[in-house]
Amino acid sequence: MKKDNFVIAKKKFNSRLIVGTGKYKSMSECAKAIKLSGADIVTVAVRRVNITDRNKPLLMDYIDPKKITYLPNTAGCFTAKDALRTLRLAREIGGWKLVKLEVLGDKKNLFPDMIETLKSTEVLAKEGFKVMVYCNDDPLMAKRLENAGADAIMPLAAPIGSGLGILNKINIQIIRKQTKLPVIIDAGLGQASDATIAMELGCDGVLVNTAIANAKKPFEMAIAFKHAVIAGRQSFKSGRINKTLMGNASSPTKGII
Amino acid sequence: MKKIKKIKIKLNGKSKSLPDSTYLPDLLKKLNIPINKVAIELNEEIIDKKKINKIRLNENDKIEIVHFIGGG
Repeated sequence: MKKDNFVIAKKKFNSRLIVGTGKYKSMSECAKAIKLSGADIVTVAVRRVNITDRNKPLLMDYIDPKKITYLPNTAGCFTAKDALRTLRLAREIGGWKLVKLEVLGDKKNLFPDMIETLKSTEVLAKEGFKVMVYCNDDPLMAKRLENAGADAIMPLAAPIGSGLGILNKINIQIIRKQTKLPVIIDAGLGQASDATIAMELGCDGVLVNTAIANAKKPFEMAIAFKHAVIAGRQSFKSGRINKTLMGNASSPTKGII
Repeated sequence: MKKIKKIKIKLNGKSKSLPDSTYLPDLLKKLNIPINKVAIELNEEIIDKKKINKIRLNENDKIEIVHFIGGG
């Protein structure tokens, strides 16, 4: 079988499942779920160091950035200025250039502010960042992001943490069809089958956080997502049958007694 | 006894009093901050960690020290 590489900004990755590291009960739970998911990219947030309690465990002590690719995000940023500041700091922590840009526009629905997102993408690309861009499922905006220098398009399936699954399959397919960039479904998945559907639509990967971290059994859900992504990709590559209105018997009709 | 002059800075949004002529690495050492796992901003400008030894803190300096935590 031909090797089916997952490539982002010219770098090859093994797993098409990217997982978030937020919302877990503990660092050890997070680390174990990541291991079970098979992901080799994880998203991380940039926040102030706790000055008063220096005994708090550090993410880097649980997830080795030499083994797992850290993808710093700009979660919580509502302006291009804040997002740029955050990612410049993230780069300084350890030379990270591959980043997830996420500029939100509304505190309740958490939809991205695409004007600020587009502005930030342009600046970051010029500064040499490899930008994976969280965006809405608008094909025209996705095209603009590509033209602005994005390295991956990451349309939402549904609002962040909502678990609603893919709301607009047609738009996702159009976005996939029109771009040469990897398309990664980011946000809104609720269960493993949502990831399979994303992959069957032709997406190159999925990014999941809440659906694993907040599942009753995060470890089992991490494994489920791992297999769901592999199954969806295999299914997409295998070429599904055409849909027909009427039935088409699976057993021969000749020789019936 | 000569009284040591103090300066006031803002560290991660909180006021902090430090002896005058404190250098940035002194502060980081005192706070037990692993330099290789953080990024530092001084008055909204990112500090090049290679040049950290030369930075002397002044009254009203704003310092932000950030690191990676869990996020989606």
